[in-house]
Amino acid sequence: MTFQWSSVKEFVPLLLPGAIVTVKLTSISVLAGIILGTIFGIMRLSRTPLRYLAAAYIDFIRGTPLMVQIFMVFYGINALIEGTLDPFPAALIALSINSGAYVAEIVRAGIQSIEKGQREAALSLGLSNSATMFYVILPQAFKRIIPPLGNEFIALLKDSSLVSVISVNELTRYADTTAGRTFRFFEVWFSAAIIYLILTVTISRIVILLEKCLKVDE
Amino acid sequence: MAIIEVQDLHKKFKNLHVLKGITTTIEQGEVVVIIGPSGSGKSTFLRCLNFLELPTSGEIRFAGDLITPDNLQVVRREMGMVFQSFNLFPHMKVIDNITLAPRLARKMEPEEAKSQAYELLTQVGLSEKADVYPNQLSGGQQQRVAIARALAMRPQVMLFDEPTSALDPEMIGEVLDVMKSLAADGMTMVVVTHEMGFAREVSDRVVFMDDGLLVEENMPDQLFSNPQHPRTQSFLSKVL
Repeated sequence: MTFQWSSVKEFVPLLLPGAIVTVKLTSISVLAGIILGTIFGIMRLSRTPLRYLAAAYIDFIRGTPLMVQIFMVFYGINALIEGTLDPFPAALIALSINSGAYVAEIVRAGIQSIEKGQREAALSLGLSNSATMFYVILPQAFKRIIPPLGNEFIALLKDSSLVSVISVNELTRYADTTAGRTFRFFEVWFSAAIIYLILTVTISRIVILLEKCLKVDE
Repeated sequence: MAIIEVQDLHKKFKNLHVLKGITTTIEQGEVVVIIGPSGSGKSTFLRCLNFLELPTSGEIRFAGDLITPDNLQVVRREMGMVFQSFNLFPHMKVIDNITLAPRLARKMEPEEAKSQAYELLTQVGLSEKADVYPNQLSGGQQQRVAIARALAMRPQVMLFDEPTSALDPEMIGEVLDVMKSLAADGMTMVVVTHEMGFAREVSDRVVFMDDGLLVEENMPDQLFSNPQHPRTQSFLSKVL
């Protein structure tokens, strides 16, 4: 069987519904990951016992394979609740928890990169610790961590292909079923690769733009 | 009346004994300049006054009340601080730098905080710069904004930690002028500086620190023209 460009043209539109699910899944998970990551990143730096909880969470997630985490969430939640959890929400939960751990480390590094004098100036003005964090430290830290957050977004978009193992109908699973149906394996996977590439390149361009827009004051 | 009373203040960083028992009093309306060689503990002493460095032992009272971690935030509102490296918030315009603390920590209405900020900017000669970001200002201008930001809390005392040390020589004057006019208005000030001219001209009292101790203190003309302690004499012979 020879490579047929015509079938690539045919398959790309066929895979688009899967791509939309992939984008949805990744965007929501990254947002949730940023929220979780900010909370755990701050906890990790606190002087309370909460920092051990944050460290345990981060170590566990970073030290185990994402596919194992996906299975654990999917079968774990289904064992705990009455009825069944659909694959899509299970995938969302697994990816969010996974992303949160990586973002927590990014946020921690971002906070630590802000000069000590910023915190001292805010405290010397009589601001509370939390006001100092939210008005002075975090806004500056977030601006600084946009590039690594963009990398995390891209990594998660690619890793989201793993949730096909719990039969979420995202891009990889679409490609898998389409390939099985048409027997044009290479063309289908090549089409999927092109769509992933377009998505990741678009994200990295957006991140660069965002970085430029926010640079005005520095 | 004493506004700050320091009793047997010690500060250790691990094995390094930086402050070795300092006892002194700052009177209301007084301008005290602290001089001394680097590593003598001047900045550490100043930073202990508002607990940016936690004292290892000893007591500090502000307006009669012992400063503790519980009332610290309230006391800090009464003690403005100006840093060597300005420490303006780079992500906020000048006006927002000045209004942030009054709005959050004094619950001032945004409009009131704003009009006060414009007054303070006029006072430090920067009324045109309200809507620029700190990075668009020169060092001297940034430091004057930092002074305005501290004054916006209407503090009873202003602490200056080498406010001109990071400035190009031609910008030192503009910052010292602002400080002089503050002193003339009766602000209580504690200033760590190497500007002996300022100390001589503006201060009510000069304190010489060396090796973590207050070695000698006196009125400026006395201390500069007739230092008693050999270490003061040796230091002054090098810097004057």
